[in-house]
Amino acid sequence: MSLHVDFIVKENVLLVRLEGELDHHEASRLREAWQQELANNNVGHVIVNLEKLTFMDSSGLGVMLGRYKEVQASGSEMVICSISPEVRRLFDLSGMFKIVKLVDNETFALEMLGVAS
Amino acid sequence: MRNEMTIEFLSVSENESLARVAVASFVSQINPTMEELTDIKTVVSEAVTNAIIHGYQEKVDQKVRLMCSIDGGEIEITIQDEGEGIEDVEMAREPLYTSKPEWERSGMGFTIMENFMDHVEITSGPGEGTTIHMKKQLTSTKALCN
Repeated sequence: MSLHVDFIVKENVLLVRLEGELDHHEASRLREAWQQELANNNVGHVIVNLEKLTFMDSSGLGVMLGRYKEVQASGSEMVICSISPEVRRLFDLSGMFKIVKLVDNETFALEMLGVAS
Repeated sequence: MRNEMTIEFLSVSENESLARVAVASFVSQINPTMEELTDIKTVVSEAVTNAIIHGYQEKVDQKVRLMCSIDGGEIEITIQDEGEGIEDVEMAREPLYTSKPEWERSGMGFTIMENFMDHVEITSGPGEGTTIHMKKQLTSTKALCN
């Protein structure tokens, strides 16, 4: 199973919805597409919705960390939402949620970043 | 019951998912929990990715060998490449260490293997390739063995 990505712009927020499996094979393609979206759209904050992500390994952590650093450097925020227990184990192990905010769902994430629903 | 399998595939990144699916479907014979299955898929993905990007430096015409055996509730997985090998295994095992920071690697591969498996052994040397041997006892069968 491969990775499917949807990018949606809501006001000044880039919403990234990931579906399927994120490994090294998918990581470079995701990074390029994601960086392109950030460059093409006048957005600051990023919400990553992992509801339909069924698998992720350390290559995925690398991509998340890379985007977090870019978003943070531009003075904006990155929020992760709707994570499954399987994928969460990896994030917990890596200590990612010490630096990136995690919320229950997309609605909360949008509210947190000040986007009206 | 004892059972084992060996598969060999080219060092192309498409085969990372093949390796995960093959091992997951093989170990399903002994009914792992969902969490155990995710752990096993993750460590296979880490080790095969290491072989492809570090062992073979993304050369796509090399061979990666994967062996998996089950014996009672114990799973053993061996992933082997004949690539450039690791100069300093202890350093490679350090959390967050990566030899390729410019590739956006997290440096968490071996840390994940050590956390998700009971035992991880790395045999490697410059020019000698790398063999990663891992073991895990399934929780459902642990009580019976104690």
